[in-house]
Amino acid sequence: MNYTDKAKGIENQIDIPNSDKVAISMQNVSIKYNSQTAVKNVFCDIPKGKVTALIGPSGCGKSTILRAINRMNDLISGCSLTGKILFDGYDLYNKQIDPVEVRRRIGMVFQQPNPFPKTIYENIAFGARINGFTGNMDELVANSLKRAALWGECKDKLKESGYSLSGGQQQRLCIARTIAIEPEVILMDEPCSALDPISTLKIEETMHELKKNYTLIIVTHNMQQALRVSDYTAFFNAEKIDSSKSGKVGYLVEFNQTNKIFNSPKQKVTKDYITGKFG
Amino acid sequence: MKNISKKQKSKYENLYYHPYKKNNIKDKLLTSISILFSTIAILPLVLVLAYILIKGGSLLSYDLLTNLPEPPGDDIISAGGIGNAIIGTLIITIIATFISVPIGIGGGIYLAEYSKGALFSKFIRFGTNVLSGVPSIIAGVFIYGIIVYTKIIFGSNFSAIAGGMALSILMIPTVIKTTDEGLKLVSQELRKGALGVGASKFVTITQITLPAAINPIATGILLAIARAAGETAPLIFTALFSFYWSSSPQSILEPIASLSVLIYNFAIEPYKAQNELAWAASFILVLLLLFLNILSKWLSKRTNLET
Repeated sequence: MNYTDKAKGIENQIDIPNSDKVAISMQNVSIKYNSQTAVKNVFCDIPKGKVTALIGPSGCGKSTILRAINRMNDLISGCSLTGKILFDGYDLYNKQIDPVEVRRRIGMVFQQPNPFPKTIYENIAFGARINGFTGNMDELVANSLKRAALWGECKDKLKESGYSLSGGQQQRLCIARTIAIEPEVILMDEPCSALDPISTLKIEETMHELKKNYTLIIVTHNMQQALRVSDYTAFFNAEKIDSSKSGKVGYLVEFNQTNKIFNSPKQKVTKDYITGKFG
Repeated sequence: MKNISKKQKSKYENLYYHPYKKNNIKDKLLTSISILFSTIAILPLVLVLAYILIKGGSLLSYDLLTNLPEPPGDDIISAGGIGNAIIGTLIITIIATFISVPIGIGGGIYLAEYSKGALFSKFIRFGTNVLSGVPSIIAGVFIYGIIVYTKIIFGSNFSAIAGGMALSILMIPTVIKTTDEGLKLVSQELRKGALGVGASKFVTITQITLPAAINPIATGILLAIARAAGETAPLIFTALFSFYWSSSPQSILEPIASLSVLIYNFAIEPYKAQNELAWAASFILVLLLLFLNILSKWLSKRTNLET
């Protein structure tokens, strides 16, 4: 199969119902670490107000693509991107774009829960304060915690350290902290991979709550999770190609509504992956 | 079958510990040798502390801490106190800290957070290592040459400021190094978290990474102070000595007394009273340095518990 086929990218776009607006549009995105191509020729329109899951085997570039959306790859030296990522009419990789501003509007939750070494209250207030929030901070903290489904568990210990929470609670604190800055898009990089099944379930419930207000993009290794939480699924795969000296290069195989990806995938490789034949 | 079990039995009889087996004797010998050498290594510290405690501790009195020292030969029985030397050491050390901490922390932040392992940062790291090995007398002669001799600071020559500058040269490498290493210990996840909520690099460093690394940095500053406060050679060239109180703010532009220079001056006098004062000053200085070291140890222990 020919993954460089641009027509396929366009075909992917067609699958989005017209009623869903596009939040982020990736146009021929390729990302390199130094000279090593990690992921190539991605065309994908991520719909607004939906949960989109990026799935695929290890090394297929799904996390790389996710980090590219809010310029987190800038932290990795030697990482470069070609193509365009459009968000709200801006090309995020235009030279005039300030990555700090991008990250204010596209928040991110990481694989490892990483609360700040501050109180629970301060963990949430920090982001809002540095972003110039001037309203009622107590209210914002309470609302953010409620929306992250953590309020009940920690309303009596807001002055305690964020580290006093369990792993799952810490991750929900990180989600609350991201919500507090009122982003438009929330990226989640395998948010449940370090958590137990019960915490995972709670985070998934949180995601269902969040999608009413935000566009969510999550990377997951867990296909059941993708099936449970997402409206759309993008399946990435990695393939060894002759032109590269070493390593596999990731590419987008198929992007569609989640039920279509899981019930009637168009590509054979997608079917093989979701039925567990590889990966 | 019988044969095998017999063989096994004979093999396992040796499972008992034999103190005179060659390996066991060797083992014991090496253990005792290493214990012996480590005892010898700690011996100087214990002896020095004990000797100073006996010689100087008995002289401790209220007058000693509050009086001025008297020039040799004035009074055979008493040499006065070391009050101005204690204050002087504090003043010089505070000046040195005020100079070295901003420079050191700033340099450390650059190395850990901004530099990308390029030639410039390699040069700074190498330079820092070299500087930390520079003999303290060189720092003294250097400041003497560019500050004291030229009278560049408000026309004063030997002064507390010059002394503080000389000591800050000795402190800067330690502060840079511990800041650099302390910041590197801060988890990368924390930085990503801060950037992920839209913090700029400046905000991330000042509000997240620097506070997270405050304990190792404070430990480094304390160790640097402990090293500088005991130095003599750089102060002989820069702060000199004084028999008077440093009472007014202007006195930081004048020669100032310090414990270490007092020890140096009085220990070689032929008068017993002055020698005893030197012992008392040694006692106070060692006590101060011991306190700083224990404080820094406690701080670094707290860091390890937290992470």
